[in-house]
Amino acid sequence: MTVLIPQSLHDALAAATANPDAQIIQGGTDLMVEVNFNHRKPTDVIALRRVDEIRNYVVTADKKNVVIGSGLPYREMEHGELAQLLPALAQAARTVGSPQIRAAGSIGGNLGTCSPAGDALPVLSALDAVINLQTATTSREISVHDFMVGVKRNARQPGELIVSATLPIINGWQGYAKVGVRNAMVISIASCCLVIDREKGSIGVALGSVGPTIIRCRETEQWLAMQIDLKNISIVAPNLLKEFGDRVAKESKPIDDHRSTAAYRRHAVATLSRRLLTRANTQ
Amino acid sequence: MSANSEVYDLNVNGQKRQVRDAWVGESLLYVLRERLGLPGSKGACEQGECGSCTVIMDGQAVCSCLVMAATAIDSKITTVEGLTQDDSLTAVQDAFITEGGVQCGFCTPGLIVAIEHLLDNNPDPSQLEVKEAISGNICRCTGYGRIFEAVNTAVTTRRATNL
Repeated sequence: MTVLIPQSLHDALAAATANPDAQIIQGGTDLMVEVNFNHRKPTDVIALRRVDEIRNYVVTADKKNVVIGSGLPYREMEHGELAQLLPALAQAARTVGSPQIRAAGSIGGNLGTCSPAGDALPVLSALDAVINLQTATTSREISVHDFMVGVKRNARQPGELIVSATLPIINGWQGYAKVGVRNAMVISIASCCLVIDREKGSIGVALGSVGPTIIRCRETEQWLAMQIDLKNISIVAPNLLKEFGDRVAKESKPIDDHRSTAAYRRHAVATLSRRLLTRANTQ
Repeated sequence: MSANSEVYDLNVNGQKRQVRDAWVGESLLYVLRERLGLPGSKGACEQGECGSCTVIMDGQAVCSCLVMAATAIDSKITTVEGLTQDDSLTAVQDAFITEGGVQCGFCTPGLIVAIEHLLDNNPDPSQLEVKEAISGNICRCTGYGRIFEAVNTAVTTRRATNL
């Protein structure tokens, strides 16, 4: 077994391309659990913790997008400029594990593992994020919707590294809400991200932990856009609010598992989505 | 930089420590306890949920069970054993004793490290900030009340000794 610790993105890409089967480790919060429980015994490992280029973020010159390095720890998203530009991402980041986990975990890790419970993933989905993947010689952009293929499966090819996620800065409202068995330190039972772009008059609703991967409620989004004026803050009538939640629940595909039941999860996403829509029109 | 042999060095508590005869995929927690004779960090959940293995790595409190030790060869690691250079106690450790913040003691080293890290960065935290800082450290004995009192006492002691 070898452990490589490249000191630059260039060296990391060269290492990944030279050894496409190597296990990539970023924060370690998923991989080391599998190693500790003998579910996985990696042979070659490439550790990204010293690749500074993926551990920061930039706002593009036109101020329309934020490009977030795949290794930027969640703790850096909780407050400050990034939290102002992407409040839903900040809310999601604050619900990730504990301070210890948020010092290690990153968007790249959530995407790499591609669990439907990954806290940042509903935010990436609702905002139509674009993922950048690179090898030593190639670079491609892929929509997050195409990147997430199934339960713990994604479109990353052997030899590729997840380099960044690009999220739009919207003029509107965005929020994230999650249900777990307690307040701190939980993996979500159900989660929801809601984004209303007041300029475009569009809405994005994405659900976590209620399907094989993140679910975008496209039918509900189209339905709501016909019911209310999304370009302006408008109080949503109680009957519309109820139907909105019911429709969101209908688009979810939850299962019974060790964390919760399908019935509770359906109820939870209906409630979470109604709460977020109410907040969007009162804040 | 790479660790591909069975021998590599870690910087623990200000000392260069050689790790030998180890599988390079071992967690930092395992290496600290079983290879380097530093059993202060505790292993309970091994999945980053309990915080009893908390150490300071490059200025951040992290779960040592989730760090692959061989990837930490260029990091500065401080364990509960390294909080003081001699046998004396830190203000936080002392406050845990005087306030009765220790019952079975298993979570204590992780809590001490997490609280030292908090107070080094934020010497006068609010109650909410304390709760947030130790939200990743689970204690099943105390109900946390005496631990919060210990933090308050440590804050006062540290302020007095810094004057």
